[in-house]
Amino acid sequence: MGAIRLEKVKKTFGTLDVIPGVDLDINDGEFVVFVGPSGCGKSTLLRLIAGLEDVTDGKILINGTDVANEAPAKRGLSMVFQSYALYPHMTVYNNIAFGLKMAGESKDVIDEKVQSAAKILNLTDYLERRPGALSGGQRQRVAIGRAIVRNPAAFLFDEPLSNLDAALRVNMRLEITGLHQELKTTMIYVTHDQVEAMTMADKIVVLQAGRVEQVGKPMDLYSNPANKFVAGFIGSPKMNFLGGDIAAKHDCHEIGVRPEHLAVSTDGGEIAATVKIAEHLGAETYLHVEADGLGPMTVRATGEVDLGENDRIFLTPEQDRIHRFDQHGLTLSGA
Amino acid sequence: MENKQTPLGYVSFSVFAWIVGLLIFFPIFWMVLTSFKSELEAISIPPSFISFDWTLENYVEVQERSNYFKFAMNSVILAVGSTLVGLVFAVTCAWAMAFNPTKRTKDALLWMLSTKMMPPVGVLVPIYLLFRDWGLLDTRFGLIMVLFLMNLPIMVWMLYTYFKEIPTDILEAARMDGATLPKEIIFVLLPMAVPGIASTMLLNIILAWNEAFWTLNLTTSDAAPLTAFIASYSSPEGLFWAKLSAASTLAVAPILVIGWFSQKQLVRGLTFGAVK
Ligand SMILES: Nc1ncnc2c1ncn2[C@@H]1O[C@H](COP(=O)(O)OP(=O)(O)OP(=O)(O)O)[C@@H](O)[C@H]1O
Ligand SMILES: [Mg+2]
Repeated sequence: MGAIRLEKVKKTFGTLDVIPGVDLDINDGEFVVFVGPSGCGKSTLLRLIAGLEDVTDGKILINGTDVANEAPAKRGLSMVFQSYALYPHMTVYNNIAFGLKMAGESKDVIDEKVQSAAKILNLTDYLERRPGALSGGQRQRVAIGRAIVRNPAAFLFDEPLSNLDAALRVNMRLEITGLHQELKTTMIYVTHDQVEAMTMADKIVVLQAGRVEQVGKPMDLYSNPANKFVAGFIGSPKMNFLGGDIAAKHDCHEIGVRPEHLAVSTDGGEIAATVKIAEHLGAETYLHVEADGLGPMTVRATGEVDLGENDRIFLTPEQDRIHRFDQHGLTLSGA
Repeated sequence: MENKQTPLGYVSFSVFAWIVGLLIFFPIFWMVLTSFKSELEAISIPPSFISFDWTLENYVEVQERSNYFKFAMNSVILAVGSTLVGLVFAVTCAWAMAFNPTKRTKDALLWMLSTKMMPPVGVLVPIYLLFRDWGLLDTRFGLIMVLFLMNLPIMVWMLYTYFKEIPTDILEAARMDGATLPKEIIFVLLPMAVPGIASTMLLNIILAWNEAFWTLNLTTSDAAPLTAFIASYSSPEGLFWAKLSAASTLAVAPILVIGWFSQKQLVRGLTFGAVK
């Protein structure tokens, strides 16, 4: 059981207002991802929930009880750190067992729990090693093992995969998703990688400068971003923003079109453009183009497209996929 | 950092280092040599170098006249005792400074260190009077307190630089794992800082062992360590160079041996954090 609720949570460091006030509801068993650019306060918010930082003001309710002034250990949460933060002087076994020992569990119970966690995480052969003698992926698994044996109300992850190489990252992403499906425990996951956010989350919380910009299911954020910031942050490659005449035609300050919502033609279309760079990935092609009078744009075409530098093309946005923004960057409803 | 050296530069640097080393070592060497001479040979001019009658009679007489082991025992108790007491305070203090720093932490550290710049004789009278009124004169307890306070700034400073190198994440992980503050320090911080703590302890044992000002001024017999043992040979019965040398050799021998075996540890401790 782990429902978490933040009420007007504030955090200042000296005079620096890092979290001006956040309200958030996290349901039991949900996989919630905090995303946002570097320095927006994701880690700080997570550490406030963990109890590693004291809140300046506000309430943190875990299953209805305000824990804002409780010590981290009393909150029943587990955390996986970006740096893994394993105890270097202990074996893998003792790393995983440490929390149980602190809780005063008996030797038999500890052994049973450590062995079963090791089995889930494929660590059985490494239990007697020190963290220094493990690969990055294995260390990450030990860190996760240390978190799961305590059977927490919720798991907190702070960019757990950012120290791993790309291939391993994809694997661990799947492992963590699998773990969530198996344990059905609440997870809060911090990342600045929007691919991780889109693929793992039940619910994404987009943060900017300590404020919640939007909360929603991944596809909601993708299809109906509340503002220009969310529109630009979710989705890769990034959404194209176009002002001027074409925006005026849609009766707004600026329009946004995702690279995958532009039809490419060599014969004719709404926007004329010159290809600058074509990135051929096989399954899809990214065209970085200079649109006449509109500046640089990105186009994502499916499959192999036979275009190269300086080719002239025409782009046509899918009409019902156009996002309209006012001068404050807020989304205007209706296409 | 690239360090290019010509062979000539290297040789002259080595020669220079050797000369300095020998200059520093010579007095100790001469002291040990003198301790094996008879009193007459010890003051003969020109001094004899190796060709004299080697004798152990100074050592025998020194042991007969005063109880070396009683002084040595006091030295051990004072050095180890003040270091252990110091460790308890320094570890907690350095923990706070390294992991929960405030804007003024650096100032506090510098201020602590600056107290070491004051000449001890400046506070001799107040401390002597306090000791007299509290009945601490010539007690081991009193001396342990003085030596511990004297070395505390250095201990805090050394441990602080060590602790700074330990990632805070790991301590936070322990906190999440439910460790209370004492357990966090004992089971997580200290084991990771073993090399730092070892060199801090070693340096402090050496400093306390060699400390002469307070030990001479605040003791007479009961708590008197080896420094007092040496001093007792220099005044009352005139100058006896050979016996003084024997006493001194006995006094410095234990610490020299410890220092010799732990020099790697010490050098690492003293330069830790300076190079990365
Ligand atoms: N202990 C602290 N003292 C002062 N300022 C801090 C402290 N911790 C964080 N900050 C500031 O708070 C802001 C948010 O930091 P935080 O670490 O939460 O960002 P983040 O979103 O996790 O960024 P990243 O993606 O780079 O990890 C930053 O501007 C940071 O400088
Ligand atoms: Mg962060």
